[in-house]
Amino acid sequence: MIAGGALFALLGKDPVAAIRTIFWDPIFGEFAFYYRGQLLVKAAPLILIAIGLSLGFRAGIWNIGAEGQYIVGAICGAAVALALYPADTRLVFPLAVIAGAAGGFLWAMIPALLKTRFNTNEILTSLLLVYVAEQLLASMSLGLLRNPEGAGFPGSRNLARYPAAANQELIAGTGIHWGVIAALAAVALAYWLLNRHRIGFHIRLAGQAPRAARFAGVNPQALTIFCLGVSGALAGLAGLFEVTGPAGQISIDFNVGYGFTAIIVAFLGRLHPVGILLAGLLMALTYIGGEAAQATLGLPAAAIQAFQGMLLFFLLAVDVLTGYRLRLGRERTA
Amino acid sequence: MRTERDDLLTVEGLTKAYPGVVANDGVSFSVGAGRVHALLGENGAGKSTLVKMIYGLVRPDAGRMRLGGRDHAPGSPHEARTAGVAMVFQHFSLFEALDVAENVALGMEAPPPRRELSRRIAEVSRAYGLPLDPGRRVGELSAGERQRVEIVRCLLQDPRLLIMDEPTSVLTPQEVEILFRTLRQLAEEGTSILYISHKLEEIRALCDGATILRLGRVVGECDPRDRSARELAELMVGQSLHTPTREPHEAGEVALEAAGLTLPSASPFGTTLRDVSVTVRRGEVLGIGGVAGNGQDELLAALSGEARCASAMVCLFGRPVGHLGPQTRRGLGLLSAPEERLGHAAAPDMTLTENALLTGMLREKLSRRGILNWRGARDFAERIIERFDVRTPGPDHAARSLSGGNLQKFVIGREVLQRPEVLVVNQPTWGVDAAAAASIRQALLDLAARGAAVIVISQDLDELMEVADRFAALNEGRLTPPRPVRGLSVEEIGLMMGGAHGMEAAHAAQ
Repeated sequence: MIAGGALFALLGKDPVAAIRTIFWDPIFGEFAFYYRGQLLVKAAPLILIAIGLSLGFRAGIWNIGAEGQYIVGAICGAAVALALYPADTRLVFPLAVIAGAAGGFLWAMIPALLKTRFNTNEILTSLLLVYVAEQLLASMSLGLLRNPEGAGFPGSRNLARYPAAANQELIAGTGIHWGVIAALAAVALAYWLLNRHRIGFHIRLAGQAPRAARFAGVNPQALTIFCLGVSGALAGLAGLFEVTGPAGQISIDFNVGYGFTAIIVAFLGRLHPVGILLAGLLMALTYIGGEAAQATLGLPAAAIQAFQGMLLFFLLAVDVLTGYRLRLGRERTA
Repeated sequence: MRTERDDLLTVEGLTKAYPGVVANDGVSFSVGAGRVHALLGENGAGKSTLVKMIYGLVRPDAGRMRLGGRDHAPGSPHEARTAGVAMVFQHFSLFEALDVAENVALGMEAPPPRRELSRRIAEVSRAYGLPLDPGRRVGELSAGERQRVEIVRCLLQDPRLLIMDEPTSVLTPQEVEILFRTLRQLAEEGTSILYISHKLEEIRALCDGATILRLGRVVGECDPRDRSARELAELMVGQSLHTPTREPHEAGEVALEAAGLTLPSASPFGTTLRDVSVTVRRGEVLGIGGVAGNGQDELLAALSGEARCASAMVCLFGRPVGHLGPQTRRGLGLLSAPEERLGHAAAPDMTLTENALLTGMLREKLSRRGILNWRGARDFAERIIERFDVRTPGPDHAARSLSGGNLQKFVIGREVLQRPEVLVVNQPTWGVDAAAAASIRQALLDLAARGAAVIVISQDLDELMEVADRFAALNEGRLTPPRPVRGLSVEEIGLMMGGAHGMEAAHAAQ
């Protein structure tokens, strides 16, 4: 934070004001009623995706392509909703949710099957599939899913204005939508899974001691499919909630990097469900506060990004340093 | 008596404390020039800490050392090596993908050019009967040959004091004999040797002085040649020893059968199992010997279910199980304990409770419809700790925090308490002190007496002679036909294990 303040000071801004704008004002400032809602809106997809990723990361399965699963989940969910347009039943939204989860799940199954069948590296395949998903998104918003009443502009119908499919705010003014509920549920479920269930035990075992996991009878292939599947489905869900709510429509620039940011959130939260909840909120805060600082103080966007980067760098460095000290200690006592 | 001037190394009042434990408490002893001196003690007695201080890996809290009349207070292994101290570790520090000369060069302070180095390696290895080809890749060498690389690396530095930590655990009897000849030759030339081992008979054969440590203190000095192995063991433990006893019993029906078990190795430096056929009956202990790296790990994996094979290659009570995974086999009564405690038999950073769950989930009914019964797991861990005298503050401590011997007791106890029909163990007492080893062996014998079939894979021949009814040896992935242990001589066993791997010629040529 001190380094961040120095950076802002170098740019000729008051460092204290800048930091207050980023961290304080969104929660307690004048326009907090708006920002607080935005905080949840931003944090929900991050948390949802990061929870899924953390399960895999704990088991040593590196799904880097949550962004792609997020996009495909949004496309599938939106496609289902749009296909039913303008039917007005309560079933549209649940069907879209299922389709969104299924889309993310199936997209994640590609690297999962490649890994279990051909032993390919899931880091590479899942990452590359992100770019495939982006192309798919572009072609969908220009082609199949384009709004027939949109005068030829790219992008689908606005789902937020299609009540049967919209992911509406549940309590007015709070920003709480179904995605927030899902994110909280995911935190609770992940916590329960990791601490009370056999699968969670196997996930932790596989991550900490792969040989011991095989000895215990953990099937590494089944675990790969489970972890990638869950993280894909959660990412797909996040995409669906986003497309039916805050974003409203499928468009070329629909994705904003939640899938990648969620990787950072997962690690910031030390792969612990509650930690991820807090880390997701913190990340969302720097986004929102950063935007506010851009608007009110005229800080350049690049400075905000650099500040976010510094924040993560220092947090992770502290992690590494404490870990390193511990290792030294162990060597001596061995 | 020798005066201090004759002593190469004197240690006075050396003390080292770690949080919660005093590893060395005022340790004093001395090693004469050209002497082979043994350090004896149970696990956790402080032998490793002591030699690490001499080798500069650990700094003492108090006390002083003198080497060759000068103060010796190395701040790093580099300083210790410059002062003339060399050490061969229990675990080799070699790179498998590099060749012998490259590995030797990596451990030297100022390696000479490659050609010169190869010449000197060949020279030293010839002079001490340790044949080595400097151009061979270490990954292709046997454990005995790897140890020779470590020893040659030390000898090239012309050490005045050579420290050897458990050097014979990976050698055949013939290889041990050759190693001893080399060490005696070194001692005659004036090099002092500090020798750490659990194998008391070896110490009696090799060493001319011994310091016995217990709980960080020196409890005695003796000449091991004047004492029996039993006396030495009792000095170490501080109490009279219990020798495992075996009630005579009839072997029952065939419990486990391997038939033509052939399995390619999963890793490039592993061993392929070739046509392994053997049966073990209820109430019987089958001992499988062999030098490390001849297929022991692979055989255990094939029997435990970690490595799958054709279903008929492994049969449990006549039922083919070769295709089943470890958990299913556990359900049928086939349990196992692998050699590597940390990371294989147990997860290092998990608690003992979690490690109890690792194999006990099914047979101890610790999970119902996937939901874990933590209280049951904790009870199970506590039962193991109590019944097998595992020294730990409690089941919530990480496996890593236990000493090797205590964790081994935990791992064996975990399987024994699950009442297996067939138990396969690899190196059940490796690195375990005499008293704990005796109790582990007794537990295995009791298990057989209750009608279970037990397979003990071990490199400790004395252990196999003590517990096994029949003996077979693994050699390059092949298993010799088992023979009854009674009446088997050490020479015959050595030949079953594949002799000395081409080493006889070296000494014969001298």
